Amino acid sequence: MVAWAGVECTVDTLRATLAHYATTSDGPPQGAGPHVISFENVSKRFANGTIAVHDLDLEVPKGEVTVLVGPSGCGKTTTLRMINRMIEATSGRIVVDGQDVRQVDPPQLRRRIGYVIQQVGLFPHRTVGENIATVPELVGWDKQRIRARIGELLDLVGLPAEVVDRYPHQLSGGQRQRVGVARALAVDPPIMLMDEPFGAVDPIVRGRLQDEFLRLQQEVQKTIVFVTHDIDEAIKMGDRIAILRQGGFLEQYAPPEELLAEPADDFVADFLGAERGLKRLALIPVSAVKAEPGPVVAPDDDGHRAPQAAEAFGSDWVVVVDADRRLLGWADAAEAAEKPKVGDAEVRPFRLQVDADDSLRAALNAMVQSHTGVAVRVSHGDRYEGLVTLELLSKEIS
Amino acid sequence: MTDGTPTVLAAELVRWSWIGDHTDDIRDALVQHLELTGLAVLFGSLLAFPLALAAVRWPRLYAPILGFSGVLFTIPSLALFILLIPFTGLRIWTALIGLTMYTLLILVRNMVEGLRGVDPDVREAAEAMGYTRARQLFQVELPLALPVIVAGLRIATVTTIGLVTVTALIGWGGLGQLFILGFTLDFSTPLVVGIVLSALLAFAADLLLVGAQRGLTPWARSRGS
Repeated sequence: MVAWAGVECTVDTLRATLAHYATTSDGPPQGAGPHVISFENVSKRFANGTIAVHDLDLEVPKGEVTVLVGPSGCGKTTTLRMINRMIEATSGRIVVDGQDVRQVDPPQLRRRIGYVIQQVGLFPHRTVGENIATVPELVGWDKQRIRARIGELLDLVGLPAEVVDRYPHQLSGGQRQRVGVARALAVDPPIMLMDEPFGAVDPIVRGRLQDEFLRLQQEVQKTIVFVTHDIDEAIKMGDRIAILRQGGFLEQYAPPEELLAEPADDFVADFLGAERGLKRLALIPVSAVKAEPGPVVAPDDDGHRAPQAAEAFGSDWVVVVDADRRLLGWADAAEAAEKPKVGDAEVRPFRLQVDADDSLRAALNAMVQSHTGVAVRVSHGDRYEGLVTLELLSKEIS
Repeated sequence: MTDGTPTVLAAELVRWSWIGDHTDDIRDALVQHLELTGLAVLFGSLLAFPLALAAVRWPRLYAPILGFSGVLFTIPSLALFILLIPFTGLRIWTALIGLTMYTLLILVRNMVEGLRGVDPDVREAAEAMGYTRARQLFQVELPLALPVIVAGLRIATVTTIGLVTVTALIGWGGLGQLFILGFTLDFSTPLVVGIVLSALLAFAADLLLVGAQRGLTPWARSRGS
């Protein structure tokens, strides 16, 4: 498994590419207003009478990941495919880039919208390079430009250059997925549609692909519509989440924190699952709560200072911090009281520490794994910032 | 063969001098055999292709198309040629029409199965990339259907090579003429030459098609490497 590495060093290539598009006229359409997709009263009724999408109004903001999530039969894939006219809406209007999609010839429309599907759908009779070259060839790039672009994209998605002449069946699932992403990004479309893109790989690879994709997205800032049935993936990937119910009803459309904090109804609450509180904690950074100062003593303090500090805080242990506010560990208050100095008692390290960027879920994990029942917040590795307690957590999420 | 004992027949199975004296005739028969086979498979493919496309595009047409080609296939070959004579006489068309009709069932079925066998995800991806219908057919679906289509071509070709001999009865027949000659003269050499050559021809044609397929589908070759 090749790591999806080298993202940082390829950002420059990508910027160069974007700059190149800005200065040449044959690049993909750019700057034609905000790249938003809007659904206006869109419905889809199939020939057999099934209503897949029911009077949908939805605005997809530029440069964000919008996730469509819901149980099977909720119309999420239908909604996605109506954007590039793989499925035609029965009524209503879909506007992409300020243009009603019905006014654009479908092949033309699709060439400016990247598309990644679950089974990747790589062409088995074409090499990796030829697969990536698909849309550039359709829009008529010259060979040299295509070849240069293939190199850039392989680099961008973290695949070694030598895979260019391999056939898809010679790659691992994760590698195929990356080629699928590279192919969708080939002409640098401002909009990407992704239908369960990580559904076909094992959970470990999926987690890594999700992380790398999020990092990639921070750089490329595409407008992405992402379909999944997995609420955890939705929460992880989405800037905004649209929860759909069977029959194509939009139940709630909100950023993940808001969704978890205030589910619109029982359906949404059920769909979010019993561990809604925990999922929310995963989205909130430690920096969002004000840490308690805690029962802090210095190693040079008299031993009897320890029980005083502990009692004031309501614990039977103290946090030992030196003059530079470096965290040394914790000590048993009763044991320290019998020593001349706090530092003479056994000072045990906190096994888990959190910093400002960690999630409250990580803080909770630190709490339940520690003797002290609190999470220690540090900065710069060992600078003591305070304690995160269970009370602070429940105050934050209730 | 009425008075020939088996031992005499064996000794007389092949008279090499006859072959030496008739190389031109044998070559002409072989060329005609090739022509009839090649043209029949070619016309069959040209007819089968639009039929197969129609059957893939409108699945409801598949059963009638297949049924019709199936009925053609079940007509005894000799009867079919004789039925055609009132319309086309003894011209080469009589032979070609009959031979072409027999290739249809196999060719249509394999073309349809090949095109239908293309992974729906691949087809969906091609559509989503912005392929036009025609380009998608020729650049994605046909290449992927090729192994199954070639399999059909192989069967059709080998079958046709055998059937061509029957057209000897309506004045054509390629190597089949050698059979008529052999029976008429009660002389085994042309029979043996005809059988050996038509078997070799079938074998060579099959080999050629397999080779062509391998050349055209490099992705399938590297499978398992």
